[in-house]
This record gives sequence, structure tokens and C-alpha cells, in this order.
Amino acid sequence: MKYKYQSPIKFQYVGKPMNRVDGVEKVTGHAKYVTDMFFPNMLYAAVKRSPIPHGIIKKIDTSKAEALAGVRAIVTGKDVPYRQGIYLVDRPIITPDRVRYVGEPVAAVAADTLEIARRAVELIEVEYEELPTVQDPRESMKGEVLIHPDLANYERLPIYNIEPEKNVFHHHKTRKGDVTKGFEEADVIVEGDYSLPQMYHAPLEPHAAISYWEHDGKLTVWSSAQSPFTLRNLIAYAFKLPRHKVRVIAPYVGGGFGGKAGINMEGIVIALSEKVKGRHIKLVYTREEDISTVVRQGMFAHIKTGVKKDGTIVAMEATLIFDGGAYAEYGTNVVRAAGYTLPGPYYVPNLKTDSYGVYTNHFLGGAFRGFGHGELHWATERNLDEVAQTLGIDPLELRLKNVLKPGLTNSMGQTIHHDTGNVEACLKRAAELIEYDKKSEQPENSRKVRGKGIAGLVKAPAMPTNAGSAVIIKFHEDATVTLQASIQEIGQGFNTAVTQMAADALHISPDKIHFVMPVDTDVNPYEWQTVASRALWTVGNALYRAAEDALNQIKNIASQVLGVAPYNLEVEDDRVYVKYRPEKYILLKDIVMGYTYPDGHSIGGPVIGRGSFTPEMLTNLDLETGQGNAAAEWTFGAQAAEVEIDLDTGELKMLQLVGVFDAGTIINPITAGGQVVGGMIQGMGPALFEGVKYNDKGYPLTVSFTDYKIPTIADIPDEIKYDFVQTFEESSPFGAKGVGEHPMISVPPAIASAIYDALGVNVDELPLTADRILKALEKKKNDN
Amino acid sequence: MKITFTVNNENVEVDVKPNETLLDVLREKLYLTGAKEGCGNGECGACTVIYNGRPVNSCLVLAPEAEGAVIETVEGLTKGNNLHPIQEAFLETNAFQCGYCTPGFIMSTKAMLEKVPNPTKEVIVERLAGNLCRCTGYTVILDAVKLAAQKMGGAE
Repeated sequence: MKYKYQSPIKFQYVGKPMNRVDGVEKVTGHAKYVTDMFFPNMLYAAVKRSPIPHGIIKKIDTSKAEALAGVRAIVTGKDVPYRQGIYLVDRPIITPDRVRYVGEPVAAVAADTLEIARRAVELIEVEYEELPTVQDPRESMKGEVLIHPDLANYERLPIYNIEPEKNVFHHHKTRKGDVTKGFEEADVIVEGDYSLPQMYHAPLEPHAAISYWEHDGKLTVWSSAQSPFTLRNLIAYAFKLPRHKVRVIAPYVGGGFGGKAGINMEGIVIALSEKVKGRHIKLVYTREEDISTVVRQGMFAHIKTGVKKDGTIVAMEATLIFDGGAYAEYGTNVVRAAGYTLPGPYYVPNLKTDSYGVYTNHFLGGAFRGFGHGELHWATERNLDEVAQTLGIDPLELRLKNVLKPGLTNSMGQTIHHDTGNVEACLKRAAELIEYDKKSEQPENSRKVRGKGIAGLVKAPAMPTNAGSAVIIKFHEDATVTLQASIQEIGQGFNTAVTQMAADALHISPDKIHFVMPVDTDVNPYEWQTVASRALWTVGNALYRAAEDALNQIKNIASQVLGVAPYNLEVEDDRVYVKYRPEKYILLKDIVMGYTYPDGHSIGGPVIGRGSFTPEMLTNLDLETGQGNAAAEWTFGAQAAEVEIDLDTGELKMLQLVGVFDAGTIINPITAGGQVVGGMIQGMGPALFEGVKYNDKGYPLTVSFTDYKIPTIADIPDEIKYDFVQTFEESSPFGAKGVGEHPMISVPPAIASAIYDALGVNVDELPLTADRILKALEKKKNDN
Repeated sequence: MKITFTVNNENVEVDVKPNETLLDVLREKLYLTGAKEGCGNGECGACTVIYNGRPVNSCLVLAPEAEGAVIETVEGLTKGNNLHPIQEAFLETNAFQCGYCTPGFIMSTKAMLEKVPNPTKEVIVERLAGNLCRCTGYTVILDAVKLAAQKMGGAE
């Protein structure tokens, strides 16, 4: 069978730069976030938190707090004996009996003012019996201190392997080919350890929610949420409510990066609402509270790679041990996704991966932009550099020799197709942009040295096999349109991109389309979540179906009026016309509410297009081998860096950052470029200085922006360059897939590679601080 | 206690507590919610307003210190239905993503351009280093500031 794909959509607006549709609201300061919402007679909430990293709650005395004037409700864990969690239900809303990290909620208060609520929190007295703590997930796996003695009894999706006696909440296994045989065939084996600490999302808007429980049983929650429908689902599950009695409204989100996916702190304010029905209660986290809400997991990795002399990889064995913190819930799937994506964008015929998610007494590790891929690529890309060094091959050449190409299989046994994406082209273009073939020009008469590095990457959406999307298109009397797609605008520019896509799918101009905000689960069609860089792909499919549905309704009515078969009609701009006689037409405004004949009788009715989509042909992975069809589509990429290092201080200056991504069709170069540049700078943070720190007892040390630094305008590289390879993704009529997460993934290994190029030293622990660079230089000096 | 001050060219009288901040007063009493609380410690710049011509973190200004002051917030920038040239510049360069830090950046930019109409990159970086943005990577904000300087008549 000969097959050649042709997109059913003619692109007129897709692919062109269009200014963001949310711009005016944002530059005027009028865009409303949950923190900006006030209701009459509203109460304010505050949370009592654990001051210790691990212990048993012996007694909670709320009597003094209750006696304080203006206090309306106090809840402790006994009032809400429910656990929550998207994949593994391990997290109490408020812990009733045991605290597992510093900052864990143990009680909450609603009061007339925030000041009273905070004073009441101080008056709550809690007695603890301290327990030994565990900080390092590798130690934790010995099982000497059990963080969740009841783990075996928690509900979980059957796609996860728990090992309760080892504090392991998920053990992902990949078994492909025969690694023993593979290593026997290898000429050289290179192994190493690679690690990184937990990382904080640091959205400028902290977590915030307002809850209102009416006496008739209807619960409404306004939340700064990436996942309004999943949030509704998890609230309803935890509080045992029917879904139609729970309404989640999510206005603009002031930055999410994964930290506002799933359920976070909403349950606390809902628990207070249960006690004070008929009044709004607002809970806004302080920066310190926000940092202790959710972070990216830390990781310790060991990678062993076997290669032929010419650089062909024949085997790889990898162990990833994630510091999942006190609760896993969302993080289970991070561990799984990192496990199944390893070794990244390369073909490895014999592969054995063990990815472990392990509980510790740290902040809980959840979803973070990149979802395990920044972590796994840190380990594998570093290891590949060390393979190249051992073989005396250029690191780029080694990568190009081993890239995934059509016909080869990835770690899950999925076959790469002609439209899967082109990592080879990404690597070559990134090399071109940074002029990889020319060595860095060294500053004269200076103690500063420069170098360049490059790294590859790949990521697919990590989502359940049925993570669905739905879209509704409503035509109005004048043939303008409102569009409902329940992806959250978290800064990525979805509202703008989907407007362009809808314009091309409906053949009308973007100024006639209004994207409906905010997402309201009582009004909007279902959407799984705004995560995983999946929106353009999954909503793109649903949108195309909704547009076809609407256009078919219009053509069917017009067919009756014009006496022409529907397939001979076309919709364009303001009209529906006969394809072969364009002068015969009806204006859309005369048809989209139904058509009325001169004598008054009418046919048709208001046009509403409906489209639903669920990822096609996915399967769960085999729990023992990790083989299966878990990934729907892949975005490949490559990143490069040039750095300058001061030999005396170890200080690193970023000269250039480069990113090239194959995300299929680029819907809007402006918003796509925004994701790339913003993502690369967000990836530079953990490369150079970001990381959550604890003391040796498990007390956090980095709970403010003074102690937890994120990049400022003074930190950005002298030059940032990027480009796109656009391999049409044929599982979407738009050919598009995501690029939201990818730009931050391989910034750290590209920088580490540049450090090696400059200094001849490998630094395998993140962040790449001046201190670590100096120590590596010193070690090199001593070794020589 | 009662304090009076000028905000966006209007005189206001507000009943405040001595331990309240100017940010609380603006947001919770005057419902001027453009200035955001990002940290409450003067570390992020999301609450930046102009106080007697200077950019300040309004979370660090106690309400009584606003007595007699002239305060400008992002809400005061639009004249009638017209955007301010700095707002136009941010709009045209798409110098925002989630938008939470944007009012703070715009107010820091305004305070800077009133003193330094045609700032070099070094000056922009120095004056905006107290405003954090987690989304954009800052390059578009640099573009916006340069465009705003041009629009406001700074030589180029």
C-alpha cells in the first residue's frame, strides 16, 4: 500500500507570528488571579505546620485558638480522614497521626481576618514524639526507617510497583535485549555516578485557593490550578462527593511549571468550608509555605555504557534513585517516565534500567516541567560525554552515530517512524548555531578559559492511556465564535495558539474567535490536565473534530437551502458557497442560528461543534520489562552552550545558550520562542545554582528567594539562539506537538560538556557551582 | 489610624493598622490588585509601585509611611482608554507569559525611564535585577524596555 500523508487543513494563520490574546489584560494589571479575588464576608485561612521532619503526633490542643474572637473554624487531621493522590493515594489532606517533613500541615484555621487566623495558628499546641529521619534515598532503601508503614494498603493505579519494606513507591523496570551479552560484545565500558538535588518551581504566584460550600451540598473551589478537571476528580474522590456537586473554577495561573498540577493545598481550605458552609474562605500560601508544598525530586544515578571502538553503543545498564520526599502521589509517574525514556534519543539494543522512587523526610517531589527527563538526561548525557572522552571521539560525533532513526526501536520497543521526529537534524542545527566546529576563541592575557558543549534530548507526554480532551465551538448570531477548550493559560500562550488553530480549522479569521476564560468545570468540556506538553497535540485533534462537526452542520443546512450536496459546499470567512459556483453562497450569519426562509419557516438551529479525543493506540507497559506502547508522540531536541570560567575563582559566565527542537508544526513562532527562551533560562538555574538544601537533620535551609536563588535578568547569557525542525506529526491534523517542557531538559548537560571542553574536567553533580568546578580542577592537578 | 495619600492622581483616606503594608492597603482596601504579593519579603519585585518617584517593594512599606505620599500603580498608567507607551511596548514585544510579575516590571521600567530616558543594557539589568520572572527568560523584557524608551522619546 502506497501512503502519503496530506494535512486536511490549509494553514493560513497557523505558523505565523500572532501577538498574544491575553496581552492587554496582563500589561494593564487587570488579569485576575485567585489571589486577586475577594468575596463579601470572606474568611481567611492559615495553616499550622510541623516544625520537625519526622514524628508521631501525640496530642493537638486547639482550645486556646478556639477561644480567640473571630475564629470561625479549626480543622485537624481527625476532621478529614481522607487521603489524596493522582496515581498513588498516599497523602493525607491534613495529617492525623504522623508528620513526615518540616512544613507538613497538621491543622488549619478560618477566621475573619488573616491576622486572626495566623494568631490562632500560633495558639494551637501540638506535642510530637520525634522519629529518626532519613535524608538520602539510597539510605532510605535499606528500610531501617519506614516513612509509610501502611504503603502496602494504599490505593494505587495497577501500573506501579511498590516495595514497601524499602520505602519504594515505584520501581520501574526496562528489560530490552540481553545486557549481559551486550556488555560482552563491548570494547569499552564506561560507568559513572551522576546526581542532582531537589528543585523548586518558584512560580511568582504562590499556591492559592478559595472555597465555598453551599448548604445545599454544592462545593465551589477557585484555584490556581493547571488541572481543573483532575482537581475536581481528586476533590470528589477524597471528600466522597458526586462530581456534579463539585465545581472548580480556575482563572489565570501565575506560573505553574508542574507545581500546580493535580491537587495540592485545596483540600485544606475545603475541609474548613465543610465546617463553615455559606461563606467563602481564602487560603494563599506565603513563599515559605509554597516552597514546602511541592518540589522536583532529587536523583542519584549510576550509568554503565558498553560501546564498540567506533562509538556504537551496544549495551547500557542504569539505576536511577529518586528522592521522592515524604509523599509520592504524582511523583510515581515521574519515576516511571524517566525510567521508560532512558537512554534518551539514542538507539541502545541491550538495555536494563531500574528507576526507583523512594520516600525520604524531604519536601514531597511531584511534577515539574520536564517530568523526570531533566534528571535522566543529566545522567545519560554526562555518561555519553565520558564515553566519548574514553574513546577519543568527539561528543557530537558519538551522539550522531547512535541517534534514533526510522526503523529503530526505542527503550519501550516502539518503532521510530518517518514522522516521529528528527534528533539528528536538531543536533546538527544546534552545532551550526553555536559554531561547534570552531573551538571557542580564548580571551588573551586572561585567567579565563572558554569552551563549548552539546547534548541531545527527547520527551513524550507522560500521561495515562486515556488522557482525553474535548472542545466546544459555539457560533453566535453574527457568525463570531466562542471556543471552549479547557487547557489552562499558565503563561505558555495556549489561548493564542488555539485561536490560530481554530481559525484555520473553521476557515474564519482569528479576530472572530474568542477563547473562553476562566476554565469552569460546570461549564467547560472535559480536559485531563494542562501538563506534559500535550495540549497542542491532544486539543488539536479534538478541535479539528469540533470544527468539522460545526462545518458539517453549516453545510447540511446550506445544502437544503441551495439544493447542492454538502460535499460541494465550502465555508470561508463570512460565507458558505458552492465550490464550483462561488457566486452562489449564503452568509454564515444567516445560517448559524438556523436558516429562515422568506415566508418565515425555519430549518436547522444554533450551530455548536463538538469534538472529543483520546490518545490512540496506547497500552500500559509490561511491569517486568517496560515494553509496550506508552508514548503517543515524541518531541526531540538538542541544546548547546558556551561558557567562560575563571581559573582562579571557578566562576562561570554563560556566553551562549542554544536550543533546537523538532516539535512538528510550529503554530506560533512568538509563543513557541517564548517557551524555548524561558525554558532554557529555567534550565540554567538548576545547572548553575538552584537546589533545595537541608541540614543533616532534615530541616530545610532554602525557604525564601534570598536562600533559594532563581535566575535574574543579570544572569542571562550574552546570546540565546534557537531554531525549530518541523517534522509534520501525522497523528495530528495540525502536525503539531509540544515544546513547553523540552527547552529546560538538556541545558545542564550541555553546560557540563562545555566545562569539560574548557577545562578538561567532569563535574557530575548539579548544580555546577564555582566550588565544584575548583575542586574538579584541583583533583585534576593532583592526579597529574 | 487614618492616613491620606495620593494614588494614581486621586486623594484617598484609608483606615489602616500600623503593622499593615502599603501593598495590603492597595490590594485589600483600595482593590488595586495590579501589584502582586510574590514573597512578602522584598525579594521578588512583583509588588513594585512608584512611591514619591522611586520604585519600591510595597510589601516592605508600612501603611503609615504612605501618609502624604504620591503613589503610582499599574492601574494609573492607562489614560482614558489609551495604554501607556510602556504597556504598548510590553504588548508589542510579548514581554510576558503568566503575567504575574508584569505590573512590577512595568512600574520598575517607568521609574527607570523617568530618570534615565535612554538606558544602556547595563543600566536596565541593574535597575530590573530586583524583579523576578520565572517564565520569559527576560530577553523579551529587555526588548520591551528598549522599545518603551524609544516610544517615550529616548534617543536611539
